[in-house]
Amino acid sequence: MKYLTVAAAIMGASAVSAETPILTVYAGDYFTSEWGPGPVIEAEFEKICECDLEFSTGDLLPRLLLEGKRTKADVVIGLTSDVTAKARATGLFAPHGQDNTALTLPIEWTDDTFLPFNYGHTAFIYDETRMVTPPSSFEELLNMPDDVKIVIQDPRTSISGLALVLWVEAIYGDKAQEAWAKLAPKILTVTKDWSASYGMFTDGEADMVLSYTTSPAYHMFAEEDFTKHAALFPEGHYFMVETVAKVAQTDQPELADKFMAYVMSSEFQAIIPAANWSLPSALPEDEWPDGWSELPLPEKVLFYDEAEAAALQDKAIEAWRSALTQ
Amino acid sequence: MAQRADPVTKRLGLAAATLIVAAVLLAFAGIASRIEPGTGLGPGDWAAVRFTVVQSVLSALLSALLAIPLARALARRRFLGRGVLVTLLGAPFILPVIVAVLGLVTVFGRSGWLNTGLAMIGLPGISIYGLHGVVLAHVFFNLPLATRLLLQGWQTVPAERFRLAAQLRLTPASVFRTLEWPMLKQILPGVAALIFVICLTSFAVALTLGGGPRATTVELAIYQAFKFDFDLGRAAMLAVVQLVLAGSAALIALWMIPPISVGGGIGRPVQRWDATHGVQRGLDVGIIVLAAMFLLLPLGAVVARGVVGLGQVPLSVWHAAGASLFVAAISVVVLGLLALPMAGWIATRRTGGVEAIGLLGLSASPLMIGTGWFILINPVADPVQLALPVTALVNALMALPFALRIMVPRLRDTVQDYGRLGESLGMRGWPLWRWLILPRLRAQIGFAAGLTGALSVGDLGVIALFADPDRATLPLQMYRLMGAYRMEAAAGAALILLTLALGVFWICDKGGRWHADA
Repeated sequence: MKYLTVAAAIMGASAVSAETPILTVYAGDYFTSEWGPGPVIEAEFEKICECDLEFSTGDLLPRLLLEGKRTKADVVIGLTSDVTAKARATGLFAPHGQDNTALTLPIEWTDDTFLPFNYGHTAFIYDETRMVTPPSSFEELLNMPDDVKIVIQDPRTSISGLALVLWVEAIYGDKAQEAWAKLAPKILTVTKDWSASYGMFTDGEADMVLSYTTSPAYHMFAEEDFTKHAALFPEGHYFMVETVAKVAQTDQPELADKFMAYVMSSEFQAIIPAANWSLPSALPEDEWPDGWSELPLPEKVLFYDEAEAAALQDKAIEAWRSALTQ
Repeated sequence: MAQRADPVTKRLGLAAATLIVAAVLLAFAGIASRIEPGTGLGPGDWAAVRFTVVQSVLSALLSALLAIPLARALARRRFLGRGVLVTLLGAPFILPVIVAVLGLVTVFGRSGWLNTGLAMIGLPGISIYGLHGVVLAHVFFNLPLATRLLLQGWQTVPAERFRLAAQLRLTPASVFRTLEWPMLKQILPGVAALIFVICLTSFAVALTLGGGPRATTVELAIYQAFKFDFDLGRAAMLAVVQLVLAGSAALIALWMIPPISVGGGIGRPVQRWDATHGVQRGLDVGIIVLAAMFLLLPLGAVVARGVVGLGQVPLSVWHAAGASLFVAAISVVVLGLLALPMAGWIATRRTGGVEAIGLLGLSASPLMIGTGWFILINPVADPVQLALPVTALVNALMALPFALRIMVPRLRDTVQDYGRLGESLGMRGWPLWRWLILPRLRAQIGFAAGLTGALSVGDLGVIALFADPDRATLPLQMYRLMGAYRMEAAAGAALILLTLALGVFWICDKGGRWHADA
């Protein structure tokens, strides 16, 4: 079969000489594209590790669950807090060995397996040229006129969508379904993933979009567009975090440890904001890259740890689903 | 017909069909090997099944029915730009979902062109979001496909028939009754079934244009079970539900097809003397203009969005385009090896029931096939290394039902009309294919190859499950751009994708129709 030969030739081209140890890092799909943080991290880490860092991308959790003990990963980067419970249950991961007190998150983090490397919060983003008076609280959002349209993501297929229903759950608790019923007429539509929602917002189809508090930073720093803002609510915003973890059965334990330490270094942390459009997990605000500390951030942060989130998830999604299908 | 010797060998067709069944069953087996006790199907799932069936039936019927006047108009008219229009009919179908949705929204959305136009003349706006939006989107995708398939049907009607009809001065209505309707009866059920199955497996379009969780389809539940809950048992169960729905539709439709041939001619170019003026002409022009607007405006939106972003497209997108072309080429070869023998086998049978096998791959979610194969490959090899070949195989499986639908009617006619002649000349096996079937099927093969190639270029399919960063395909790269806020660059990448897919489609399709009157 000719194509196998062709495929083999392509594969051969990426093989590396045997002497250099290879650290295999599984990463989320967005991570390694040239506009993601992967390439810089790879270049910087290879300067200090005398190794070859290889990223392998794909759907992180499904892939780990499918591979099980046969996984080639030494380190996994990009697991969000809503999947850490399932990831932990695989028994594939070892303690991260880093000092959690060095973290600068707005919440307390005590997990010794999953180490945060960036964070953000859910928020509704608006464009000041199209929306002069944005809602100043979640309650105001619910009571907006029905001709203001927002677009959100499906909690069953998207992480940000899931964070949204947990956000509503955190604010409204048992009244979540009523809150959703009030919001329903303003929901233009629900998309499968964040990208479609955000595309509809930037195309002017929706007035507000469910995204992150850090989204305006992209427009500010990459496009010099200062018209996009996150509407900040005193009720608080749901905290979202991405973590990195070390695989227990790695054949490169020392390199893996070195990488975990590198994640906590100020060099790595300083890369995160502009490369990942999110906030660094272990860098005091006065050391953030230029302009970032001016980004408006919520004063109150809401968060369920993985056990609480797992217990509430089905209820929160059902409140959303039943209110929106009526 | 007594004692019919089959000039076309069944063995290869049987082998191809077995391979397809095996590929799907093995994927199921792979998943079954990893099932843990999980949740069963809940009331939400049955609501999803209901919605899925309703929107699929509506979309399939509407696409198939609307395609009749459009294909008829295109078959009767010759005008400047007709060839381009027929090629562009392939475009909506091969657009990646997210691109098509944004294109449709640009035209029909809340602040889209249509509503802007309505507001300018003081009319109230319309909302695209709801069941009608889902159906509209699915008609946008599938009306062109249905039209192309029916147009092919029109081309199988021998030119002599139309000549005779003209000599007898048959009215357009009688031409329809005596010539066109018998042909449609043969083709329409299969087309409708095919579109039903395509719509069955849609989910991002249905969700977005359906306006929310009311528009939940079975495929969404499968996606959720696979990617989010990782509940393989539930995913497999839902996949079986989907297979059963698709299978029943296919069987009903294919057994409805009468096993008759339109009859042979001597293969001269079709010339139409009927319906040359008056109401018929006006009607045809109106239909073509309306349909062209409906199909081309959203495409225009995609192009308009893309041109702006073209300058921002990074180099890696071009690399990805190369990878996509490579996958497309393999897919076309694999498809040819599967589809031709299978079509030959089906064409010699009296009923088309076995064509349902071809629908297996399409109705089993690609996610399921990908995951199943991942589980199977993982113990023996690194699935990531095999990502592209597996993608190509799955793409070929997805495209197979289209290829069969395109080739079988023509092949059936060829075998019935020339089979006995070939037999008396002692033509069997390869010579029969070489001198009779392949030449007569050239247009169909070109169309099928073009569609497969184009679908593969635009397909995200299984690659997302185990993609290698260096071997990303174009759609994947486009999604990555969107994920990194680079919406304009992503629109540029989408335009490249559209151009590439259309280019592949055009080359194959044109190759097949070269020196032949379409």
